[in-house]
Amino acid sequence: MANILALIETTSTGGLKSSAAGLIGAAAQLGTPVAVLAATPGAGAASVAELGRLGAAKVYIAEGDGVGRVLTRPQLEALAGAVEAHGPAAVLVSNSNESRGVAGRLAVRVGGAVAAEAVGVRADGGRIIAVHSVFGGDYTTESTIEGGLPIITLRPGSIEERAEAAIPEVSTVTLVLAAGPAANIVELREAPAETGRPALRGAAKVVSGGRGLGAKDNFALVEQLADALGAAVGASRAAVDAGFVPQSHQVGQTGVAVSPQLYVALGISGAIQHRAGMQTSKTIVAINKDEDAPIFEVADFGIVGDVFTVVPQLVEAIKARQLAAV
Amino acid sequence: MKIVVLVKEVPDTYEARKLDSSGMLARTASELVPDEINERALESALRYQDAHKGTEVVVLSMGPESTVKTLRKMLSMGADSAVLVEDSSLAGADLVRTSAVLAAAVQREGFDLIVAGNESTDGRGGLVPAMVAEHLGLPLLPSLDTLEITAESVSGSCAIDGGTLVVNAALPAVVSVTERSAEARFPNFKGIMKAKKKPLAKISLADLGLSPEPGARSTVTAAVERPVRAAGTKIVDEGQAAQELADFLAANRLI
Repeated sequence: MANILALIETTSTGGLKSSAAGLIGAAAQLGTPVAVLAATPGAGAASVAELGRLGAAKVYIAEGDGVGRVLTRPQLEALAGAVEAHGPAAVLVSNSNESRGVAGRLAVRVGGAVAAEAVGVRADGGRIIAVHSVFGGDYTTESTIEGGLPIITLRPGSIEERAEAAIPEVSTVTLVLAAGPAANIVELREAPAETGRPALRGAAKVVSGGRGLGAKDNFALVEQLADALGAAVGASRAAVDAGFVPQSHQVGQTGVAVSPQLYVALGISGAIQHRAGMQTSKTIVAINKDEDAPIFEVADFGIVGDVFTVVPQLVEAIKARQLAAV
Repeated sequence: MKIVVLVKEVPDTYEARKLDSSGMLARTASELVPDEINERALESALRYQDAHKGTEVVVLSMGPESTVKTLRKMLSMGADSAVLVEDSSLAGADLVRTSAVLAAAVQREGFDLIVAGNESTDGRGGLVPAMVAEHLGLPLLPSLDTLEITAESVSGSCAIDGGTLVVNAALPAVVSVTERSAEARFPNFKGIMKAKKKPLAKISLADLGLSPEPGARSTVTAAVERPVRAAGTKIVDEGQAAQELADFLAANRLI
């Protein structure tokens, strides 16, 4: 089987980011997964066991001082080296703020082309097909790459397939960054510790709040229902703009696109831009006091009512069922 | 300081957006407007210009003739001049091709700083800024929520999984900004009147010395519209709704 490169993202301490499982899982759909890692000198070996557990058949480690200090270029050099060493049939990169630039630059560098923001991949005869969810899920398109190396960026959290664990074959090379203009990392400010709630991206359940919550303090209602359901917390742009929650919670055209098993919209009218980020959810529930709110057009279960009345009752009803089930 | 702002014409996100059967944007299906993110990119450039007289701001786009309207809007916001690369052979150009054309056009124009949106609202690939930077051999500060421009350098912060990166680079450089960056100004009447007289140059691939044949390319092989999502149950709360919803969730194994 052909080698498929997966660019692994790491934390400031060298740990693997959560995107690794999906990248390796997608690579296994197409061929032999080769994990590519840029690491500080001596740090790469610590990740090998975990990469094997995630299904990497091979691990290509490029170690150098620039990692963590220079943006993009260490990962680009690592990936370009791995392309030369492994002659891959495709390269997979997370479509994240930190990694997608690597994909773009690699395409220019090696004369490849990019299929951007894929939500799935498959091999079709000799061709590699990328599947995309376009215009907020209004369309599903497929693309392929002709005449050069296929480089595919994957929407974070979109790949459910996982590869079988393997004992990887490891190669380690020294990463040398040529002198030249570079973007420097001055500082990494770690985000405050997570609350224990699932991350919005890739969550199985999401509860989102909108302008209908009325005030920042009332957003606790969204959190209470999310905790009762074991769900991540999202928000409409209106709620973010009103300062109820940080922008990282925004679901929609310009925020995170989610596709959970259950999406609950509280006090969200359902503007087209919000629907673009959630309408591919399996089951949609909406509670809104405006019976004409467009969110009801896509809701599997809609309640015309006051969130401040219905949600506390719902939380109680869920807890009662959970207690009964124990 | 000369700042070039990259601009893309996109279908308005306030309307339904359509693809045609070949997977290309159906341009007549919705109104085409400057991407909101480009207006923020321009705003970042204009704020520097407001504080530093003598700064030149150029808006540059690749697209069909209709893009003139988008560029005029950017001129009315305050850009000094506009450049449109228009060539029929560029219809359906993929990201690598688009970035090669933009890089050549920017180079022809001359610049100290290139400002782009982090990702368009239609394609959402977010790759063009990095590709343009690679073509030009320049650093890119990507997806900046905050941007600070000085005479010699750019810096800013970029949200990543698990935190925020603070990054900087010496000029010349490319930066891309997010929708958390500068809120765009509205064009005023004076700006709109002045925009009609500002220079808008149209150039072709031949002007850029580029051949019409692309190399490797990404092509769409299928495009299927999602079936319309049927609305389900809708009930009015009269005290019973929460219980009914809990029953619905339980029946669907969601609790």
